[in-house]
Amino acid sequence: MTRHVVAPVSEFPPGTRRCVVLEGRRIALFNVGGRYFGLLDRCPHQGGPLSEGVLTGLVEAGTPGDYSFSRPGEILRCPWHGWEFDLATGRSRFDPRRHRTRAFRVTAEPAGDLRAETVPVRVEEDHVVVET
Amino acid sequence: MTALPPGAIDCDLHPAPPSVSALLPYLEPHWADAAGHRGLHELETIAWPPNAPLSCRPDWRDGDRRPGSDPERLIGDAVEGFGTRYAILNCLYGAPMLYSEDMAAGFCRALNDWLRAEWLDRDPRLRASILVPPHAPELAAEEIERMAEDRRFVQVLLPVMGETPPGRRVNWPAYAAAERAGLPVAFHAGSAYRHPPTPVGWPSYLAEDYAAQATAFQSALTSLVAEGVFQKFPDLTVVFAESGVAWLPAHLWRLAKYWRGLRMEMPWVDRSPEEIVRERVRFTIQPFDAPEEPDAVARLFDHLGSDDLLLFATDYPHWQFDGMGALPEGLPADLVQRIAVDNPLSTYPRLEEGEP
Repeated sequence: MTRHVVAPVSEFPPGTRRCVVLEGRRIALFNVGGRYFGLLDRCPHQGGPLSEGVLTGLVEAGTPGDYSFSRPGEILRCPWHGWEFDLATGRSRFDPRRHRTRAFRVTAEPAGDLRAETVPVRVEEDHVVVET
Repeated sequence: MTALPPGAIDCDLHPAPPSVSALLPYLEPHWADAAGHRGLHELETIAWPPNAPLSCRPDWRDGDRRPGSDPERLIGDAVEGFGTRYAILNCLYGAPMLYSEDMAAGFCRALNDWLRAEWLDRDPRLRASILVPPHAPELAAEEIERMAEDRRFVQVLLPVMGETPPGRRVNWPAYAAAERAGLPVAFHAGSAYRHPPTPVGWPSYLAEDYAAQATAFQSALTSLVAEGVFQKFPDLTVVFAESGVAWLPAHLWRLAKYWRGLRMEMPWVDRSPEEIVRERVRFTIQPFDAPEEPDAVARLFDHLGSDDLLLFATDYPHWQFDGMGALPEGLPADLVQRIAVDNPLSTYPRLEEGEP
């Protein structure tokens, strides 16, 4: 496992997203209400750029008409064909076992534990770290 | 010739009242009286014009008599002819589609009582579907409850083209009643003619009307899936009768594709439409709209993705095939056994009860 520092927390506020290239792979990063998520920026269907997809919530219904809406912002729709992916796991909603993209662990960590890589590390604040 | 195994069940045959006057003894007084002084001539559907070649096989014709109107002929030609253990009668008379909900329901009651007295009581191998007014689901539910007590009625019959898309909630009371009674709901080719029978407008020719039935079944299937009928009624089986089957794999592929991207619009559809249909919908095998070559038939079955889907049917007296060729050539014996015996028995649990 390699840990990559991608940004100071102050530059990656809630409600924003960004795309980084780590070890030659494009990874889509999201800050949803202070929680960080990362997905390989490639839909397993036809390679659509997930980083450009709409974020929505999980829509479910036990019976017709009985809608529930949970986990706002944590479901990503591929911009090409609308397939839904769970930001937390990378699994598709329609067939979680067979259709999935890779999810990466993304955390905010104190600067003291980090070594500078592509992003300069500022000692006074936390940094967003992606594990690959 | 693909031979039928012992115990085969014919899941789609069409009896017809010889004339509207044959129903008079079974109509309630008000409707019998009204039939007389309104001068009701006939209440046939135009979907199967009696003289059209499709409406009756030449060797099953009986002069000018309405095809399917003679029980002895149906029993001789179809039940004896194919040696079937049970034969399920789907009466396609047009009366259930009358615009008046009450009158349609009144004629359905008469038709069901006529079926019981003139057909089911005549031969222990006969079974029947309950006729209900497709546009009056509450009245349909009442009639289902009334007729379901007779265990020889094994399903509920509706035209594939009714007044509203069949998945819409307005239709649910009929499905709820069917599910409670343990009866499958069959959608049969045909229309109440509330709408053109093709999506692009009224056709000029019978061949257009009949070929377009396949598109009606596609729309009906999509509606049932999308509106959540299979989730709302988890114990309900749906039968598509005289629907054809070759269109099914391509349509399911397309439907599943759009479901993947638009699932959130119908979140109750919680698994692929392909999976739902393979589990919950059955199809009578005539007309078998596929090429005759056994290789092509084998590919079709491969695309259908399940051996549970098809139900043996002659579609008597409609002219879909000649001689005894009701099943496609080259089917393996175990698949024939499924289609002719096992699948009908699992679709119609009342058949397992034997003679009532």
